[in-house]
Amino acid sequence: MLSLQILANGLVLGGLYACIAAGFSLVWGVLNIINILHGSFIVLGGYLAFFAYVKLGIHPFASVLIAAPLFFALGYALQRAVINRMIAAPVLLTLSLTFGLDLMLSNGMLFAFTADFKKLNLDPPLGVLNLGGIVLPVDRLFAMGLALLLTALLYLVLSRSRIGRAIVAVRMDREAAALMGVNVKRIYAVTFGLGALMAGASGPLLAMIFPISPLSGPVYLGKAFVICVLGGLGSVPGAMIGGLALGVVESFGALWFGPEHAITLSFTLLILMLLFRPTGLLGRTGYS
Amino acid sequence: MKRTALIAAILFAAVALLPLAGDAYWLRLGTTMLMYGVLAMAWNFIGGMAGYPSFASAAFFGLGAYSGAVAQKYGVPMPLAWALAATLAVLFAALLGLALLRLRGHYFAIASLVVAEVLRELVNSATDLTGGGMGLNLPVPHDATIANQSAFFYYAMLALAIVTFAAMLWTTHSRLGFGLRCIQQNESAADMLGVNTTLYKVGAFVLSGAFVGAAGAIYASWVHYIEPPDVFDVMYSIKAIVMVLLGGAGSIFGPLIGAALFLSLEELVWRNYLQVHTGVLGLLIVLLVLFLPKGVFSLRLPRKARP
Repeated sequence: MLSLQILANGLVLGGLYACIAAGFSLVWGVLNIINILHGSFIVLGGYLAFFAYVKLGIHPFASVLIAAPLFFALGYALQRAVINRMIAAPVLLTLSLTFGLDLMLSNGMLFAFTADFKKLNLDPPLGVLNLGGIVLPVDRLFAMGLALLLTALLYLVLSRSRIGRAIVAVRMDREAAALMGVNVKRIYAVTFGLGALMAGASGPLLAMIFPISPLSGPVYLGKAFVICVLGGLGSVPGAMIGGLALGVVESFGALWFGPEHAITLSFTLLILMLLFRPTGLLGRTGYS
Repeated sequence: MKRTALIAAILFAAVALLPLAGDAYWLRLGTTMLMYGVLAMAWNFIGGMAGYPSFASAAFFGLGAYSGAVAQKYGVPMPLAWALAATLAVLFAALLGLALLRLRGHYFAIASLVVAEVLRELVNSATDLTGGGMGLNLPVPHDATIANQSAFFYYAMLALAIVTFAAMLWTTHSRLGFGLRCIQQNESAADMLGVNTTLYKVGAFVLSGAFVGAAGAIYASWVHYIEPPDVFDVMYSIKAIVMVLLGGAGSIFGPLIGAALFLSLEELVWRNYLQVHTGVLGLLIVLLVLFLPKGVFSLRLPRKARP
Protein backbone atom coordinates (compact mmCIF):
# COMPACT_ATOMS: atom_id res chain seq x y z
CA MET A 1 0.00 0.00 0.00
CA LEU A 2 2.77 2.38 0.96
CA SER A 3 4.62 1.79 -2.27
CA LEU A 4 1.42 2.34 -4.26
CA GLN A 5 0.95 5.66 -2.50
CA ILE A 6 4.58 6.60 -3.19
CA LEU A 7 4.16 5.60 -6.82
CA ALA A 8 1.04 7.78 -7.11
CA ASN A 9 2.86 10.73 -5.51
CA GLY A 10 5.74 10.22 -7.90
CA LEU A 11 3.51 10.13 -10.97
CA VAL A 12 1.63 13.27 -9.91
CA LEU A 13 4.94 15.06 -9.40
CA GLY A 14 6.24 13.57 -12.63
CA GLY A 15 3.40 15.03 -14.67
CA LEU A 16 4.42 18.49 -13.48
CA TYR A 17 8.08 17.73 -14.16
CA ALA A 18 7.23 16.73 -17.73
CA CYS A 19 5.70 20.16 -18.26
CA ILE A 20 8.77 21.88 -16.78
CA ALA A 21 11.11 20.00 -19.06
CA ALA A 22 9.17 19.94 -22.34
CA GLY A 23 9.91 23.57 -23.22
CA PHE A 24 13.49 23.39 -22.01
CA SER A 25 14.09 20.28 -24.08
CA LEU A 26 12.52 21.89 -27.15
CA VAL A 27 14.80 24.93 -26.96
CA TRP A 28 17.87 22.79 -26.34
CA GLY A 29 17.00 20.44 -29.18
CA VAL A 30 16.08 23.02 -31.81
CA LEU A 31 18.31 25.98 -30.97
CA ASN A 32 21.17 23.97 -29.48
CA ILE A 33 21.09 26.40 -26.56
CA ILE A 34 20.84 25.52 -22.91
CA ASN A 35 18.45 28.10 -21.56
CA ILE A 36 19.59 28.79 -18.01
CA LEU A 37 16.71 31.28 -17.75
CA HIS A 38 14.17 28.47 -17.81
CA GLY A 39 14.10 28.02 -14.03
CA SER A 40 13.62 31.73 -13.40
CA PHE A 41 10.80 31.86 -15.97
CA ILE A 42 9.01 29.18 -13.95
CA VAL A 43 9.48 31.16 -10.74
CA LEU A 44 8.27 34.34 -12.43
CA GLY A 45 5.17 32.48 -13.60
CA GLY A 46 4.65 31.39 -10.00
CA TYR A 47 4.82 34.98 -8.77
CA LEU A 48 2.37 36.04 -11.42
CA ALA A 49 -0.11 33.45 -10.17
CA PHE A 50 0.54 34.39 -6.53
CA PHE A 51 -0.12 38.09 -6.99
CA ALA A 52 -3.03 37.48 -9.35
CA TYR A 53 -4.65 35.33 -6.69
CA VAL A 54 -3.85 37.47 -3.64
CA LYS A 55 -4.54 40.88 -5.18
CA LEU A 56 -7.16 40.13 -7.83
CA GLY A 57 -8.61 36.81 -6.76
CA ILE A 58 -7.78 35.15 -10.06
CA HIS A 59 -7.59 31.39 -9.69
CA PRO A 60 -4.12 29.93 -10.49
CA PHE A 61 -5.62 27.75 -13.20
CA ALA A 62 -6.84 30.91 -14.92
CA SER A 63 -3.40 32.46 -14.43
CA VAL A 64 -2.02 29.78 -16.71
CA LEU A 65 -4.01 31.35 -19.53
CA ILE A 66 -2.68 34.81 -18.66
CA ALA A 67 0.91 33.61 -18.30
CA ALA A 68 0.99 31.74 -21.61
CA PRO A 69 0.74 34.68 -24.06
CA LEU A 70 2.82 36.96 -21.81
CA PHE A 71 5.71 34.54 -21.60
CA PHE A 72 5.50 33.67 -25.26
CA ALA A 73 5.89 37.36 -26.09
CA LEU A 74 8.75 37.72 -23.60
CA GLY A 75 10.59 34.71 -25.00
CA TYR A 76 10.00 35.75 -28.60
CA ALA A 77 11.29 39.26 -27.97
CA LEU A 78 14.32 38.06 -26.02
CA GLN A 79 15.30 35.65 -28.75
CA ARG A 80 14.85 38.24 -31.51
CA ALA A 81 16.69 40.99 -29.67
CA VAL A 82 19.50 39.17 -27.89
CA ILE A 83 19.95 35.44 -28.29
CA ASN A 84 19.61 35.26 -32.09
CA ARG A 85 22.85 37.22 -32.32
CA MET A 86 24.74 34.36 -30.71
CA ILE A 87 22.92 31.43 -32.24
CA ALA A 88 25.92 29.79 -33.90
CA ALA A 89 28.41 30.66 -31.16
CA PRO A 90 30.26 27.99 -29.14
CA VAL A 91 28.52 26.38 -26.16
CA LEU A 92 30.56 28.38 -23.71
CA LEU A 93 29.34 31.71 -25.04
CA THR A 94 25.66 30.81 -25.34
CA LEU A 95 25.71 29.28 -21.87
CA SER A 96 27.39 32.37 -20.40
CA LEU A 97 24.88 34.56 -22.19
CA THR A 98 21.79 32.86 -20.80
CA PHE A 99 23.52 32.63 -17.43
CA GLY A 100 24.08 36.39 -17.42
CA LEU A 101 20.46 36.99 -18.39
CA ASP A 102 19.39 34.67 -15.60
CA LEU A 103 21.48 36.56 -13.04
CA MET A 104 19.69 39.73 -14.09
CA LEU A 105 16.23 38.19 -13.92
CA SER A 106 16.73 36.40 -10.61
CA ASN A 107 18.33 39.45 -9.02
CA GLY A 108 15.43 41.53 -10.30
CA MET A 109 12.96 39.14 -8.69
CA LEU A 110 14.94 39.10 -5.45
CA PHE A 111 14.83 42.88 -5.43
CA ALA A 112 11.14 43.13 -6.30
CA PHE A 113 9.69 40.24 -4.30
CA THR A 114 12.34 39.73 -1.53
CA ALA A 115 13.77 36.33 -0.63
CA ASP A 116 10.82 35.37 1.61
CA PHE A 117 9.03 32.23 0.61
CA LYS A 118 5.52 32.91 -0.62
CA LYS A 119 2.87 30.23 -0.58
CA LEU A 120 -0.27 30.27 -2.60
CA ASN A 121 -3.01 28.71 -0.47
CA LEU A 122 -6.36 28.20 -2.12
CA ASP A 123 -9.30 29.31 -0.02
CA PRO A 124 -11.34 27.16 0.35
CA PRO A 125 -8.88 24.28 -0.20
CA LEU A 126 -9.91 21.67 -2.73
CA GLY A 127 -9.54 18.82 -0.28
CA VAL A 128 -8.21 15.35 -0.88
CA LEU A 129 -9.33 12.38 -2.90
CA ASN A 130 -9.24 8.96 -1.25
CA LEU A 131 -8.93 6.14 -3.75
CA GLY A 132 -9.15 2.95 -1.74
CA GLY A 133 -6.46 3.99 0.71
CA ILE A 134 -4.37 6.08 -1.69
CA VAL A 135 -4.71 9.71 -0.70
CA LEU A 136 -4.22 12.39 -3.33
CA PRO A 137 -4.71 16.14 -2.84
CA VAL A 138 -7.18 17.37 -5.45
CA ASP A 139 -5.25 20.55 -6.27
CA ARG A 140 -2.20 18.47 -7.13
CA LEU A 141 -4.27 16.20 -9.30
CA PHE A 142 -5.70 19.13 -11.21
CA ALA A 143 -2.27 20.71 -11.55
CA MET A 144 -0.90 17.47 -12.93
CA GLY A 145 -3.83 17.13 -15.32
CA LEU A 146 -3.30 20.66 -16.63
CA ALA A 147 0.46 20.08 -16.91
CA LEU A 148 -0.08 16.95 -18.96
CA LEU A 149 -2.65 18.77 -21.08
CA LEU A 150 -0.18 21.58 -21.80
CA THR A 151 2.50 19.07 -22.72
CA ALA A 152 0.10 17.23 -25.00
CA LEU A 153 -0.88 20.55 -26.63
CA LEU A 154 2.77 21.29 -27.31
CA TYR A 155 3.08 17.87 -28.91
CA LEU A 156 0.04 18.56 -31.08
CA VAL A 157 1.38 21.95 -32.13
CA LEU A 158 4.69 20.42 -33.11
CA SER A 159 3.23 17.47 -34.97
CA ARG A 160 0.13 18.98 -36.58
CA SER A 161 0.46 22.71 -37.14
CA ARG A 162 2.34 24.32 -40.01
CA ILE A 163 4.65 26.26 -37.71
CA GLY A 164 5.24 23.12 -35.64
CA ARG A 165 6.35 21.19 -38.69
CA ALA A 166 8.67 24.06 -39.56
CA ILE A 167 10.21 23.87 -36.08
CA VAL A 168 10.75 20.14 -36.45
CA ALA A 169 12.23 20.71 -39.91
CA VAL A 170 14.71 23.25 -38.54
CA ARG A 171 15.65 20.81 -35.80
CA MET A 172 16.31 18.05 -38.33
CA ASP A 173 18.32 20.08 -40.81
CA ARG A 174 18.66 23.82 -40.57
CA GLU A 175 20.16 24.37 -44.00
CA ALA A 176 17.63 22.20 -45.78
CA ALA A 177 14.77 23.90 -43.96
CA ALA A 178 16.13 27.32 -44.94
CA LEU A 179 16.33 26.16 -48.58
CA MET A 180 12.69 25.10 -48.41
CA GLY A 181 11.75 28.65 -47.54
CA VAL A 182 11.56 28.41 -43.75
CA ASN A 183 12.58 31.65 -42.04
CA VAL A 184 15.03 30.13 -39.57
CA LYS A 185 15.46 33.16 -37.34
CA ARG A 186 11.72 33.51 -36.95
CA ILE A 187 11.39 29.81 -36.18
CA TYR A 188 14.09 30.17 -33.53
CA ALA A 189 12.19 33.04 -31.94
CA VAL A 190 8.92 31.10 -32.02
CA THR A 191 10.63 28.07 -30.49
CA PHE A 192 12.19 30.13 -27.71
CA GLY A 193 8.80 31.76 -27.16
CA LEU A 194 7.17 28.34 -26.86
CA GLY A 195 9.86 27.27 -24.38
CA ALA A 196 9.23 30.38 -22.28
CA LEU A 197 5.49 29.78 -22.54
CA MET A 198 5.81 26.27 -21.17
CA ALA A 199 7.96 27.55 -18.30
CA GLY A 200 5.72 30.48 -17.48
CA ALA A 201 2.57 28.35 -17.67
CA SER A 202 3.96 25.66 -15.39
CA GLY A 203 4.82 28.34 -12.81
CA PRO A 204 1.23 28.79 -11.56
CA LEU A 205 0.77 25.01 -11.37
CA LEU A 206 3.91 24.55 -9.29
CA ALA A 207 2.98 27.56 -7.14
CA MET A 208 -0.05 25.64 -5.90
CA ILE A 209 2.18 22.90 -4.54
CA PHE A 210 5.57 24.38 -3.69
CA PRO A 211 6.44 27.66 -1.99
CA ILE A 212 7.71 30.34 -4.37
CA SER A 213 11.13 31.93 -3.93
CA PRO A 214 13.52 33.65 -6.34
CA LEU A 215 16.09 31.09 -5.26
CA SER A 216 14.19 28.04 -6.49
CA GLY A 217 14.94 28.77 -10.16
CA PRO A 218 18.12 26.65 -10.15
CA VAL A 219 16.25 23.76 -8.53
CA TYR A 220 13.74 23.62 -11.39
CA LEU A 221 16.53 24.08 -13.89
CA GLY A 222 18.42 21.13 -12.41
CA LYS A 223 15.31 18.98 -12.73
CA ALA A 224 14.90 20.02 -16.35
CA PHE A 225 18.50 18.93 -17.06
CA VAL A 226 17.95 15.55 -15.52
CA ILE A 227 14.65 15.00 -17.33
CA CYS A 228 16.13 15.94 -20.71
CA VAL A 229 18.94 13.49 -20.26
CA LEU A 230 16.64 10.77 -18.90
CA GLY A 231 14.09 11.04 -21.67
CA GLY A 232 16.31 12.05 -24.55
CA LEU A 233 16.78 15.49 -25.97
CA GLY A 234 14.36 17.58 -27.96
CA SER A 235 11.31 15.35 -27.99
CA VAL A 236 8.05 15.89 -26.15
CA PRO A 237 7.44 12.18 -25.48
CA GLY A 238 10.99 12.04 -24.12
CA ALA A 239 10.27 14.87 -21.70
CA MET A 240 7.07 13.11 -20.67
CA ILE A 241 8.80 9.79 -19.96
CA GLY A 242 11.76 11.53 -18.33
CA GLY A 243 9.52 13.66 -16.14
CA LEU A 244 7.44 10.74 -14.92
CA ALA A 245 10.59 8.69 -14.35
CA LEU A 246 12.21 11.46 -12.31
CA GLY A 247 9.05 11.95 -10.25
CA VAL A 248 8.92 8.26 -9.37
CA VAL A 249 12.68 8.04 -8.71
CA GLU A 250 12.54 11.07 -6.41
CA SER A 251 9.58 9.71 -4.46
CA PHE A 252 11.10 6.30 -3.89
CA GLY A 253 14.54 7.82 -3.34
CA ALA A 254 13.10 9.99 -0.57
CA LEU A 255 11.60 6.87 1.03
CA TRP A 256 14.74 4.74 0.78
CA PHE A 257 17.58 7.22 1.24
CA GLY A 258 15.86 10.18 2.89
CA PRO A 259 14.61 13.35 1.20
CA GLU A 260 17.89 15.20 1.81
CA HIS A 261 19.59 13.06 -0.83
CA ALA A 262 17.12 13.87 -3.61
CA ILE A 263 19.54 16.12 -5.51
CA THR A 264 22.49 13.77 -5.13
CA LEU A 265 20.37 10.89 -6.37
CA SER A 266 18.96 12.65 -9.42
CA PHE A 267 22.31 14.17 -10.43
CA THR A 268 24.11 10.87 -10.01
CA LEU A 269 21.44 9.41 -12.26
CA LEU A 270 22.12 12.23 -14.75
CA ILE A 271 25.86 11.53 -14.89
CA LEU A 272 25.32 7.77 -15.20
CA MET A 273 22.79 8.27 -17.99
CA LEU A 274 25.15 10.60 -19.84
CA LEU A 275 27.91 8.04 -19.62
CA PHE A 276 26.02 4.89 -20.45
CA ARG A 277 22.91 5.89 -22.35
CA PRO A 278 23.29 9.44 -23.69
CA THR A 279 20.30 9.06 -26.03
CA GLY A 280 17.92 8.71 -23.10
CA LEU A 281 15.53 6.02 -21.94
CA LEU A 282 13.66 5.97 -25.24
CA GLY A 283 16.95 5.25 -26.94
CA ARG A 284 16.51 7.54 -29.92
CA THR A 285 16.53 11.20 -30.71
CA GLY A 286 12.95 12.17 -31.34
CA TYR A 287 11.87 14.72 -33.86
CA SER A 288 8.55 15.81 -32.50
CA MET B 1 59.16 31.99 -23.84
CA LYS B 2 62.13 33.65 -22.12
CA ARG B 3 60.73 37.10 -22.78
CA THR B 4 57.32 36.10 -21.43
CA ALA B 5 58.94 34.63 -18.33
CA LEU B 6 60.90 37.86 -17.81
CA ILE B 7 57.82 40.06 -18.15
CA ALA B 8 55.96 37.78 -15.77
CA ALA B 9 58.83 37.88 -13.25
CA ILE B 10 58.81 41.68 -13.25
CA LEU B 11 55.03 41.70 -12.94
CA PHE B 12 54.98 39.28 -10.01
CA ALA B 13 57.87 41.13 -8.31
CA ALA B 14 55.86 44.34 -8.49
CA VAL B 15 52.80 42.58 -7.13
CA ALA B 16 54.90 41.18 -4.28
CA LEU B 17 55.59 44.71 -3.05
CA LEU B 18 51.94 45.45 -2.31
CA PRO B 19 52.01 44.48 1.41
CA LEU B 20 54.65 47.15 1.99
CA ALA B 21 52.36 49.89 0.71
CA GLY B 22 48.74 48.84 1.09
CA ASP B 23 46.45 48.63 4.10
CA ALA B 24 44.22 45.69 5.06
CA TYR B 25 41.62 46.56 2.43
CA TRP B 26 44.13 46.51 -0.41
CA LEU B 27 45.66 43.31 0.89
CA ARG B 28 42.27 41.62 0.90
CA LEU B 29 41.62 42.86 -2.60
CA GLY B 30 45.07 41.74 -3.71
CA THR B 31 44.64 38.26 -2.26
CA THR B 32 41.25 37.94 -3.96
CA MET B 33 42.76 39.10 -7.23
CA LEU B 34 45.52 36.50 -7.05
CA MET B 35 42.96 33.84 -6.21
CA TYR B 36 40.83 34.87 -9.19
CA GLY B 37 43.97 34.78 -11.30
CA VAL B 38 44.64 31.20 -10.21
CA LEU B 39 41.03 30.21 -10.97
CA ALA B 40 41.21 31.80 -14.40
CA MET B 41 44.62 30.36 -15.29
CA ALA B 42 43.58 26.91 -14.08
CA TRP B 43 40.40 27.01 -16.15
CA ASN B 44 42.50 28.03 -19.12
CA PHE B 45 44.12 24.57 -19.23
CA ILE B 46 40.88 22.77 -19.95
CA GLY B 47 38.71 25.58 -21.29
CA GLY B 48 41.14 27.81 -23.17
CA MET B 49 43.63 25.28 -24.46
CA ALA B 50 41.55 22.12 -24.93
CA GLY B 51 38.34 24.04 -25.62
CA TYR B 52 36.19 21.99 -23.24
CA PRO B 53 33.41 24.08 -21.65
CA SER B 54 34.16 23.02 -18.08
CA PHE B 55 32.00 24.25 -15.21
CA ALA B 56 33.83 22.10 -12.69
CA SER B 57 35.88 24.86 -11.03
CA ALA B 58 33.35 25.21 -8.19
CA ALA B 59 33.62 21.47 -7.50
CA PHE B 60 37.42 21.58 -7.30
CA PHE B 61 37.36 24.75 -5.23
CA GLY B 62 34.92 23.35 -2.67
CA LEU B 63 36.69 20.01 -2.58
CA GLY B 64 40.03 21.74 -1.92
CA ALA B 65 38.54 24.03 0.71
CA TYR B 66 36.88 21.18 2.59
CA SER B 67 39.75 18.72 2.39
CA GLY B 68 42.17 21.39 3.61
CA ALA B 69 39.82 22.43 6.39
CA VAL B 70 39.04 18.89 7.55
CA ALA B 71 42.74 18.01 7.52
CA GLN B 72 43.50 21.04 9.70
CA LYS B 73 40.64 20.11 11.99
CA TYR B 74 42.47 16.85 12.64
CA GLY B 75 45.71 18.66 13.38
CA VAL B 76 47.54 18.54 10.06
CA PRO B 77 49.77 21.63 9.79
CA MET B 78 48.52 24.27 7.40
CA PRO B 79 50.90 23.97 4.40
CA LEU B 80 50.69 20.19 4.58
CA ALA B 81 46.89 20.42 4.59
CA TRP B 82 47.06 22.58 1.46
CA ALA B 83 49.28 20.03 -0.28
CA LEU B 84 46.91 17.28 0.79
CA ALA B 85 43.97 19.21 -0.63
CA ALA B 86 45.75 19.70 -3.95
CA THR B 87 46.61 15.99 -4.09
CA LEU B 88 43.01 15.01 -3.43
CA ALA B 89 41.86 17.43 -6.11
CA VAL B 90 44.31 15.81 -8.54
CA LEU B 91 42.97 12.34 -7.82
CA PHE B 92 39.40 13.52 -8.05
CA ALA B 93 40.03 15.37 -11.30
CA ALA B 94 41.73 12.32 -12.81
CA LEU B 95 38.84 10.00 -11.98
CA LEU B 96 36.20 12.55 -12.94
CA GLY B 97 38.03 13.41 -16.13
CA LEU B 98 38.26 9.77 -17.23
CA ALA B 99 34.49 9.57 -16.93
CA LEU B 100 33.26 12.98 -18.06
CA LEU B 101 35.75 13.92 -20.76
CA ARG B 102 34.20 11.34 -23.03
CA LEU B 103 31.27 13.73 -23.32
CA ARG B 104 31.35 16.74 -25.59
CA GLY B 105 29.70 20.13 -25.92
CA HIS B 106 26.58 20.75 -23.93
CA TYR B 107 26.65 17.35 -22.30
CA PHE B 108 30.10 17.90 -20.87
CA ALA B 109 29.10 21.37 -19.69
CA ILE B 110 26.03 20.08 -17.85
CA ALA B 111 27.79 17.09 -16.34
CA SER B 112 30.64 19.26 -15.03
CA LEU B 113 28.11 21.77 -13.72
CA VAL B 114 26.24 19.27 -11.56
CA VAL B 115 29.36 17.79 -9.97
CA ALA B 116 29.58 20.75 -7.60
CA GLU B 117 25.93 20.31 -6.62
CA VAL B 118 26.45 16.64 -5.83
CA LEU B 119 29.57 17.37 -3.78
CA ARG B 120 27.77 20.14 -1.91
CA GLU B 121 24.93 17.83 -0.93
CA LEU B 122 27.39 15.13 0.12
CA VAL B 123 29.36 17.60 2.27
CA ASN B 124 26.08 18.91 3.65
CA SER B 125 24.99 15.48 4.80
CA ALA B 126 28.38 14.28 6.13
CA THR B 127 27.82 16.27 9.30
CA ASP B 128 30.30 14.37 11.49
CA LEU B 129 33.23 15.10 9.24
CA THR B 130 32.38 18.49 7.78
CA GLY B 131 29.94 20.11 10.18
CA GLY B 132 27.26 19.93 7.46
CA GLY B 133 25.20 23.04 6.99
CA MET B 134 26.63 24.60 10.14
CA GLY B 135 29.91 25.09 8.34
CA LEU B 136 33.41 24.49 9.61
CA ASN B 137 35.64 26.76 11.67
CA LEU B 138 39.34 26.63 11.00
CA PRO B 139 41.97 27.07 13.70
CA VAL B 140 43.29 30.62 13.97
CA PRO B 141 47.03 30.83 14.62
CA HIS B 142 47.54 32.49 18.01
CA ASP B 143 51.05 33.79 17.58
CA ALA B 144 50.37 36.14 14.67
CA THR B 145 48.91 39.62 14.41
CA ILE B 146 46.09 40.32 11.99
CA ALA B 147 48.38 42.32 9.72
CA ASN B 148 50.96 39.53 9.64
CA GLN B 149 48.30 37.03 8.78
CA SER B 150 46.89 39.00 5.88
CA ALA B 151 50.39 39.45 4.49
CA PHE B 152 51.04 35.73 4.96
CA PHE B 153 47.95 34.65 3.01
CA TYR B 154 48.69 37.25 0.36
CA TYR B 155 52.13 35.73 -0.19
CA ALA B 156 50.69 32.20 -0.10
CA MET B 157 48.22 33.08 -2.84
CA LEU B 158 50.98 34.86 -4.76
CA ALA B 159 53.20 31.77 -4.59
CA LEU B 160 50.33 29.64 -5.90
CA ALA B 161 49.68 32.14 -8.70
CA ILE B 162 53.35 32.02 -9.70
CA VAL B 163 53.38 28.23 -9.74
CA THR B 164 50.17 28.17 -11.77
CA PHE B 165 51.58 30.68 -14.22
CA ALA B 166 54.80 28.71 -14.59
CA ALA B 167 52.83 25.53 -15.22
CA MET B 168 50.76 27.32 -17.83
CA LEU B 169 53.81 28.77 -19.54
CA TRP B 170 55.50 25.39 -19.58
CA THR B 171 52.38 23.64 -20.87
CA THR B 172 51.91 26.12 -23.70
CA HIS B 173 55.38 25.34 -25.03
CA SER B 174 55.28 21.62 -24.38
CA ARG B 175 53.91 18.61 -26.23
CA LEU B 176 50.90 18.70 -23.92
CA GLY B 177 49.97 22.23 -24.97
CA PHE B 178 50.40 21.35 -28.61
CA GLY B 179 48.19 18.31 -28.24
CA LEU B 180 45.54 20.33 -26.40
CA ARG B 181 45.43 22.94 -29.16
CA CYS B 182 45.01 20.12 -31.69
CA ILE B 183 42.11 18.78 -29.63
CA GLN B 184 40.53 22.20 -29.55
CA GLN B 185 40.71 22.57 -33.30
CA ASN B 186 39.56 19.11 -34.27
CA GLU B 187 39.49 16.33 -31.76
CA SER B 188 38.69 13.52 -34.17
CA ALA B 189 41.52 14.53 -36.48
CA ALA B 190 43.93 14.84 -33.55
CA ASP B 191 42.93 11.38 -32.39
CA MET B 192 43.44 9.94 -35.84
CA LEU B 193 46.88 11.49 -36.17
CA GLY B 194 48.02 9.75 -33.01
CA VAL B 195 47.47 12.32 -30.27
CA ASN B 196 46.43 10.38 -27.18
CA THR B 197 43.40 12.61 -26.67
CA THR B 198 42.14 10.94 -23.49
CA LEU B 199 45.51 11.28 -21.77
CA TYR B 200 45.93 14.90 -22.85
CA LYS B 201 42.43 15.96 -21.85
CA VAL B 202 42.70 14.26 -18.47
CA GLY B 203 46.09 15.92 -18.05
CA ALA B 204 44.59 19.35 -18.66
CA PHE B 205 41.69 18.59 -16.33
CA VAL B 206 44.05 17.41 -13.59
CA LEU B 207 46.19 20.55 -13.86
CA SER B 208 43.04 22.61 -13.69
CA GLY B 209 41.80 20.72 -10.63
CA ALA B 210 45.11 20.81 -8.77
CA PHE B 211 45.50 24.58 -8.76
CA VAL B 212 41.85 25.33 -8.07
CA GLY B 213 41.89 22.80 -5.25
CA ALA B 214 44.96 24.42 -3.72
CA ALA B 215 43.35 27.85 -4.08
CA GLY B 216 40.28 26.53 -2.27
CA ALA B 217 42.39 25.22 0.60
CA ILE B 218 44.27 28.52 0.99
CA TYR B 219 40.97 30.39 0.80
CA ALA B 220 39.53 28.25 3.61
CA SER B 221 42.52 28.96 5.87
CA TRP B 222 42.38 32.63 4.94
CA VAL B 223 38.71 33.23 5.78
CA HIS B 224 38.73 30.80 8.79
CA TYR B 225 35.15 29.69 8.20
CA ILE B 226 33.59 27.83 5.29
CA GLU B 227 30.16 26.43 4.58
CA PRO B 228 28.92 24.33 1.64
CA PRO B 229 26.96 27.00 -0.29
CA ASP B 230 29.91 29.38 0.03
CA VAL B 231 32.69 27.20 -1.39
CA PHE B 232 30.64 25.08 -3.81
CA ASP B 233 29.17 28.24 -5.33
CA VAL B 234 28.59 27.87 -9.07
CA MET B 235 29.75 31.49 -9.40
CA TYR B 236 33.36 30.29 -9.04
CA SER B 237 32.92 28.33 -12.26
CA ILE B 238 31.21 31.22 -14.01
CA LYS B 239 33.71 33.82 -12.84
CA ALA B 240 36.67 31.76 -14.02
CA ILE B 241 35.13 31.54 -17.48
CA VAL B 242 34.18 35.20 -17.62
CA MET B 243 37.65 36.28 -16.56
CA VAL B 244 39.31 34.20 -19.25
CA LEU B 245 36.84 35.46 -21.86
CA LEU B 246 37.51 39.00 -20.72
CA GLY B 247 41.27 38.67 -21.03
CA GLY B 248 41.20 36.55 -24.17
CA ALA B 249 40.99 32.74 -24.15
CA GLY B 250 44.09 30.66 -24.75
CA SER B 251 46.62 33.46 -24.29
CA ILE B 252 49.31 33.58 -21.61
CA PHE B 253 48.57 36.85 -19.86
CA GLY B 254 44.86 36.84 -20.78
CA PRO B 255 43.61 35.08 -17.64
CA LEU B 256 45.61 37.35 -15.31
CA ILE B 257 44.52 40.52 -17.06
CA GLY B 258 40.96 39.22 -17.13
CA ALA B 259 41.12 38.51 -13.40
CA ALA B 260 42.37 42.01 -12.59
CA LEU B 261 39.76 43.64 -14.80
CA PHE B 262 36.97 41.47 -13.51
CA LEU B 263 37.84 42.07 -9.88
CA SER B 264 37.95 45.83 -10.45
CA LEU B 265 34.52 45.73 -12.07
CA GLU B 266 33.14 43.44 -9.41
CA GLU B 267 34.46 45.62 -6.59
CA LEU B 268 33.04 48.77 -8.17
CA VAL B 269 29.64 47.16 -8.69
CA TRP B 270 29.68 45.57 -5.24
CA ARG B 271 30.56 48.82 -3.53
CA ASN B 272 28.04 50.97 -5.35
CA TYR B 273 25.11 48.69 -6.11
CA LEU B 274 25.04 46.16 -3.28
CA GLN B 275 21.34 45.31 -3.69
CA VAL B 276 21.54 44.59 -7.38
CA HIS B 277 25.16 43.58 -7.76
CA THR B 278 24.50 40.11 -9.18
CA GLY B 279 22.12 41.64 -11.69
CA VAL B 280 24.72 44.18 -12.79
CA LEU B 281 27.24 41.36 -12.97
CA GLY B 282 24.81 39.49 -15.20
CA LEU B 283 24.49 42.53 -17.42
CA LEU B 284 28.28 42.74 -17.67
CA ILE B 285 28.44 39.09 -18.71
CA VAL B 286 25.74 39.61 -21.34
CA LEU B 287 27.46 42.67 -22.77
CA LEU B 288 30.81 40.90 -22.76
CA VAL B 289 29.46 37.87 -24.60
CA LEU B 290 27.52 39.96 -27.11
CA PHE B 291 30.10 42.57 -27.93
CA LEU B 292 33.53 41.33 -26.86
CA PRO B 293 33.51 37.54 -27.14
CA LYS B 294 37.23 37.56 -27.91
CA GLY B 295 38.23 39.67 -24.91
CA VAL B 296 39.02 43.32 -24.33
CA PHE B 297 41.96 43.20 -26.70
CA SER B 298 39.63 42.69 -29.62
CA LEU B 299 38.63 46.30 -29.06
CA ARG B 300 40.13 48.42 -31.80
CA LEU B 301 40.15 52.15 -31.89
CA PRO B 302 38.80 53.46 -35.19
CA ARG B 303 41.71 53.97 -37.56
CA LYS B 304 42.36 57.41 -38.93
CA ALA B 305 41.30 57.74 -42.51
CA ARG B 306 44.39 57.75 -44.67
CA PRO B 307 44.85 60.27 -47.41
